Amino acid sequence: MRSPIRSGRRALLAAPALLALPARAQRPRELLNVSYDPTREFYRDYNAAFARDWQAQHQQPVRVNTSHGGSGRQARAVIDGLAADVVTLALAYDVDAIAERGLIARDWIARLPQNSAPYTSTIVFLTRKGNPKGLRDWPDLVRPGIAIITPNPKTSGGARWNYLAAWAAAQRHGQDPEAFLAQLFRQVPVLDTGARGATTTFVQRNQGDVLLAWENEAHLALQEFGAERFEIVYPPLSILAEPSVAMVDANVERRGTRDLAEAYLRGLYAPAGQEAAATHFYRPRDPALLAKNARRFPTLDLVTVDGAFGGWAAAQRTHFSEGGVFDRIYRPGR
Amino acid sequence: MSAGPALSPRARRQTAIPGFGLAFGITLFWLSAIVLVPLLALLLRPFELGLDGLWASLAEPRVAASLRLSFGAALLAAALAAPLGLLLAWAVVRLRFPGRAVLDAAIDLPFALPTAVAGLALTALLAPNGWLGAPLAAWFGWQVAFTPAGIVVALLFVALPFTARTVEPVLRDLGREAEEAAATLGASRLQTLRRVVLPALAPALLTGFGLGFARAVGEYGSVIFIAGNMPMVSEIAPLLITIRLEQFDYAGAAAIGLAMLLLAFGVLLLLNLAQRALRRGLA
Amino acid sequence: MNATEDPRWFRALLALLAILTGLLLLALPLAAVFAEALRRGWDVARAAILEPDTLAAIRMTLIVAAISVPLNTVGGLAAAWCIAKHDFPGKRLLLVLVELPLSVSPVIAGLVFVLVFGLQGWLGPWLQARGIQVIFALPGLVLATLFVTFPFVARTVLPLMQDQGRAEEEAAATLGASGWQIFQRVTLPNIRWALLAGVLLCNARAMGEFGAVSVVSGHIRGQTNTMPLHVEILYNEYQFAGAAAVAALLALLGLVTLVAKSVLERLSGRRVSGAEGAPMRMLTVVSGGLLLPFVQV
Repeated sequence: MRSPIRSGRRALLAAPALLALPARAQRPRELLNVSYDPTREFYRDYNAAFARDWQAQHQQPVRVNTSHGGSGRQARAVIDGLAADVVTLALAYDVDAIAERGLIARDWIARLPQNSAPYTSTIVFLTRKGNPKGLRDWPDLVRPGIAIITPNPKTSGGARWNYLAAWAAAQRHGQDPEAFLAQLFRQVPVLDTGARGATTTFVQRNQGDVLLAWENEAHLALQEFGAERFEIVYPPLSILAEPSVAMVDANVERRGTRDLAEAYLRGLYAPAGQEAAATHFYRPRDPALLAKNARRFPTLDLVTVDGAFGGWAAAQRTHFSEGGVFDRIYRPGR
Repeated sequence: MSAGPALSPRARRQTAIPGFGLAFGITLFWLSAIVLVPLLALLLRPFELGLDGLWASLAEPRVAASLRLSFGAALLAAALAAPLGLLLAWAVVRLRFPGRAVLDAAIDLPFALPTAVAGLALTALLAPNGWLGAPLAAWFGWQVAFTPAGIVVALLFVALPFTARTVEPVLRDLGREAEEAAATLGASRLQTLRRVVLPALAPALLTGFGLGFARAVGEYGSVIFIAGNMPMVSEIAPLLITIRLEQFDYAGAAAIGLAMLLLAFGVLLLLNLAQRALRRGLA
Repeated sequence: MNATEDPRWFRALLALLAILTGLLLLALPLAAVFAEALRRGWDVARAAILEPDTLAAIRMTLIVAAISVPLNTVGGLAAAWCIAKHDFPGKRLLLVLVELPLSVSPVIAGLVFVLVFGLQGWLGPWLQARGIQVIFALPGLVLATLFVTFPFVARTVLPLMQDQGRAEEEAAATLGASGWQIFQRVTLPNIRWALLAGVLLCNARAMGEFGAVSVVSGHIRGQTNTMPLHVEILYNEYQFAGAAAVAALLALLGLVTLVAKSVLERLSGRRVSGAEGAPMRMLTVVSGGLLLPFVQV
């Protein structure tokens, strides 16, 4: 039986309902998660689970909205006023950029466990089936005739991890890292602006012999396009990618969503969140869960940004800022 | 900038038709709100860098290369669109063949088709595994998508209706009298075309070229999918604007925008002068 | 054979070349969109379009067009009426400014609104303090669309208004009609079909705009996505058939626009093309005109 109040409300809503969603007894509280490219599938699942749990615990409907794009572009949008309650970006630097404009507390990285990165990932090679060019390690990439697909480090967070992993590997192999990267980028035929665009170029447009990709993105490509067409190659050395999450203080204050945002981010560390991350090929922080998925996530030698590059601020300044190493690589006459 | 002469029109207006004040008020308000104030931001923002900073920001080799590419590709596309547009206009006005009406309507297609859709379609066609890309690669070893050639194709697509539709009405108005006169005077068909028809169409062709260029140079949606986006090679200036934005370099982004605007006007001004010279030559 | 007629073979060759150009450059891309959309079958395409986020994008596109097209119709008519039926100093300049957005890159069109309304821009902090969201919300999408489609209505009706002269309006004025009456009873009926065609073109562009709205949208699924942006999103989610289905829907919209425009042209007995406008004048105006007002007036 419908209560009279509810049906009256229904009548009131009848006209706009033509354009709006079906009328509900209680308007759901909304949360906006601004994220980067390859997390679409993961957060679609996590959002549903979170909304279910919140409803069960607080008897309040919640709708989590998401926006995806290159990590830098997303950070820029938040800085320009996109009303994100939480950001879940590809790297700490992009969150720092938002913090610098005063929208997030400066000490954000210490507010949540493990550098505010509830899941980690790394950079792997995705090759055509059977690895026809025999690419096993980073130096193989710069052999003559190998075409490499990677996005633009200026715009893509994933590409910055790619770049730094290559840099660390070149150092490990005793090569001049700048010359190594210059050669690597000389062999890149298409430089997309985001990780997803690069995957599409490799998979759908059939460009290149190898895609430098997030581990999770490579697994997703196998899942979407068939393991019979592609193959994941783990190089002996790669980088520990820590995608950062943070609450946007200025926005949650204004929108009154602090409790929701807090629970949303904490939930990523809880068993359900960790489970969802592992399902979508992110390496969970929970050691037991990681051990359970050991076949999915082989152990490899991982350098860290803090250890090898002195933190993101320094890495960004040296490599990716205007006139940095990456710009030098693309100077004419080299 | 426009305030001086434009604001006191009531006193000096000459026609007897009333209602000017209201219409002019609406126009001016509308124009300022939508176009002028925002563009003012574009004009002023780059100077936050200071003149030296502005110059340094534009002298970056990547910026220079992208501007060269954007303007070069747009000029080339407009140059290709001019003869093709003339061909289409000629076919629609002068020839009778089955499908003429369809062709006539189709000329406006690039205008009505959303640019992102056009970009996706052209990329799918011209990618090395696409309908056109595969045979081109197999027979000639050409690759169009993800190279500057792909950019030119996309720009040709958006510029084509401009040249065709600019020449068409002139061709229609031209009539046959001049040609008949030339024929009576004993000119051969080739001479007539070269000495009578082409000169009459030249100003319109030049205009179409200019319009096609202006449209093509700033094009983003259809190019971005097909370009390959390699710095120094296939990175167009509008893309570099978005890249700078993503690096939180607002002034630098606006600087490229301003440079594009000024350069585009420079090219159009040159075309305009050429057209005047052409008209004077004809008169 | 004489000097006004081309040889038969030559005309056949020209027609063939024209058809080939049309096929290769115009028809093939369109065919590719529809082929891609229907590759996985009709049901997949239909399902992609009926998906809630797609419906939300369609709704958003319709709302943006429903707001921006009428506004630009009023502004465009007012501008065209001023220019065609009145004399005033600075007329050339006005014409230049009306057509200015045509030569501005869509990306710049989006950028300017970020510069003004963004949190780092002129008005952003003030607006946010009052809880008003402009960019990354409906108003921003509308503004960017308004900018991009600004010249369309004015450009399609202006040449016609100019051709028709002022005699009728002046006669009405002598009979004591007010400005509004003259516009409504005399000018408007004379240009109604051209106006409708201009509105159609404006609408097609408003619904199809990508570059400018992409900068100001924020890309929130189900909220600030328009159809062209949703095409990109679906494409990025490996839903190629879905992306192509939405793209095909947009292409269909373009086709309907073209057909409707052809019908209107028949009715008005005059060609109306967004690409044509007043061709001979346009270039002079855009280039020379921009500088001349500062020199001459």
